[in-house]
Amino acid sequence: MGNLLRYRDDEAHEEPAVTLDAFLGQSTATAVRIESGEDARILLPYLDRLALVEVSFPKFRDGRGYSSGRILREAGYTGELRAQGDVLVDQIPLMRRCGFDSFAPEAPVDEAVLEASLARYDYHYQAAADAFVPVWKRRHG
Amino acid sequence: MYKYDEYDHSIVAARVEEFRDQVNRRLAGQITEDQFKPLRLMNGLYLQLHAYMLRVAVPYGTLDSRQMHMLAHIARKYDRGYGHFTTRQNLQYNWIKLEDAPDILAELATVEMHAIQTSGNCIRNISSDQFAGAAADELTDPRPWAELLRQWSTFHPEFSYLPRKFKICVIAAEEDRAAMRLHDIGIQIVEKDGQLGAAIYVGGGMGRTPMIAPLIKDFVPFDDFVSYLEACLRVYNRYGRRDNMYKARIKILIHELGADKYRAEVEEEFAAVKALGIDPPKAEFDRIAAYFAPPAYEADAPDTLDRSDPDFAVWLDQNVSAHKQPGYAVVTISLKPIGGIPGDATADQIDLMADLGQRYSFDELRVTHAQNIVLPHVRKADLYALWQQLREGELAEANLDLISDIIACPGLDYCSLANARSIPLAQKIATRFSDLGRQRELGELKLKISGCINACGHHHAGHIGILGVDRKGVENYQLSFGGSGAEDVSLGTITGPGFTEDGIVDAIEKATDLYLAQREDGERFLDTYRRLGMAPFKEAIYG
Repeated sequence: MGNLLRYRDDEAHEEPAVTLDAFLGQSTATAVRIESGEDARILLPYLDRLALVEVSFPKFRDGRGYSSGRILREAGYTGELRAQGDVLVDQIPLMRRCGFDSFAPEAPVDEAVLEASLARYDYHYQAAADAFVPVWKRRHG
Repeated sequence: MYKYDEYDHSIVAARVEEFRDQVNRRLAGQITEDQFKPLRLMNGLYLQLHAYMLRVAVPYGTLDSRQMHMLAHIARKYDRGYGHFTTRQNLQYNWIKLEDAPDILAELATVEMHAIQTSGNCIRNISSDQFAGAAADELTDPRPWAELLRQWSTFHPEFSYLPRKFKICVIAAEEDRAAMRLHDIGIQIVEKDGQLGAAIYVGGGMGRTPMIAPLIKDFVPFDDFVSYLEACLRVYNRYGRRDNMYKARIKILIHELGADKYRAEVEEEFAAVKALGIDPPKAEFDRIAAYFAPPAYEADAPDTLDRSDPDFAVWLDQNVSAHKQPGYAVVTISLKPIGGIPGDATADQIDLMADLGQRYSFDELRVTHAQNIVLPHVRKADLYALWQQLREGELAEANLDLISDIIACPGLDYCSLANARSIPLAQKIATRFSDLGRQRELGELKLKISGCINACGHHHAGHIGILGVDRKGVENYQLSFGGSGAEDVSLGTITGPGFTEDGIVDAIEKATDLYLAQREDGERFLDTYRRLGMAPFKEAIYG
């Protein structure tokens, strides 16, 4: 695994993420990994005890994890939300907007390129799971 | 027409720089072609048989003369002096160099244009009725709704890696000029209790498994419009098939789930999404709609026409449509000269159309999904002068909706997916039926040709459809009858064994001869086919 990129102030979570099945079978785990085809909504009753949710991106073309991230954030999850797998530098800005705040890409990411691309857009049209104020709200207050 | 404000300008400018950076990284070898592919596709850049093809977005098919002139300029400076108008109301260039693409985008941005999401597995350019704002039969102008969706879908963070491409169409008239129900989502703006809202059809499409979209929701009020579509897309993003790209379109999901189950999933998702406050306020709709206010028509524009020039009268009858404003008309400029390439225009022709749009149509032009250009608001008193200038530019072909007004994909002459050539066949058919009197005798006859099963030439929706296939290394053409992309939407039925290039032209002639012999009063080819069924046509073709 390559470097872990984090956009959080707290310490990285130490406990390894367990599978969804294992998580549902043991009441003490605080970190879980969901595969791209698994339903993130299953986690909603447990959000309070979760410190880390790792969402798998097996191929960069598989975009299901973007919805998983938003569903968790929209339900009020505030813990670490990590994108793991075939995560490319040009996708990280979109993932940030879907609520991901840590990244474990399989291949190393050029941090200069990433920094530039995260800073590139001053505005976004639509509301998502980040702090950006959508353009329509800027226009109308 | 919509005009960018500081936010729109900023976003498009950032996109130009982002793509420039991506191209530079590719040229420097920092990213692989496999990794670059979805990035360039998201910006309309395809690698074709001979070169890169760049597809420029024309949102809902509307553009002004400044934008048309820019398209001509790019054709001259970066391509081979022409462009190709597409069935998605866009324009594509076939001979682009990768290293020029960022500069082209920068030039486009100066006239409020871009190539954002004209390909890739994302929400594509929103299409609409080419007569929007002018049609006598429309409820309202659908384009403010389409512009709202353009903004909502642009760089949508959740829906940029969908299972497959996603096409949305918005209309607001009973007559469907945009093949609305053959889109992933088709929207018809309707009125209920004095309020405008959207009827939402989901899961239509052509391609290898053509489907007509079922109605999923009969009325979504404006206040829920974006939320509801967000829910429709989220269900697709989560559950659409990703194991097989040929089964990844939303039509397959809806076919497998059933419309009722899909609707239930959407309703459940909508309940969650609606609480997020993602719907723009009515004030934003009003801001956009103000750009689409009717132009300053002359109140006393004369409503009579001098039809004494017989060639002009033919063009009037064929290519000019009713406008909602007395004294005005809607003009369709045919890009289908006999023997030409359907949808192609030279840079000089694009410039001429821009000038004529500026002079005679309140600076507005439209691209149609049938690959023609519309001047939406022309004074009837100006039609004769306009027609004369079109004729000088070889743009006065009077064949709108006739058998030579063919939709054809680029086919094996350009496309890396094609199995057969489309353009030479279109030219052969148009040449066989070149006599305009004969074409007009045949009446409305929509002929559509695709060079492969992906159906970019809309053959499933053709009154006469042709599909090019590869049979043991030889190009072979399958014939179908009975399709329609209009409000009487239907999918064509294959006649039987396929034909050679010459054979299919003969078969079409036999079928049209049968139609002429059998038609009843007022029947189009399509109507006669629907009344008689396939059997007599089969007999005529193969017997």
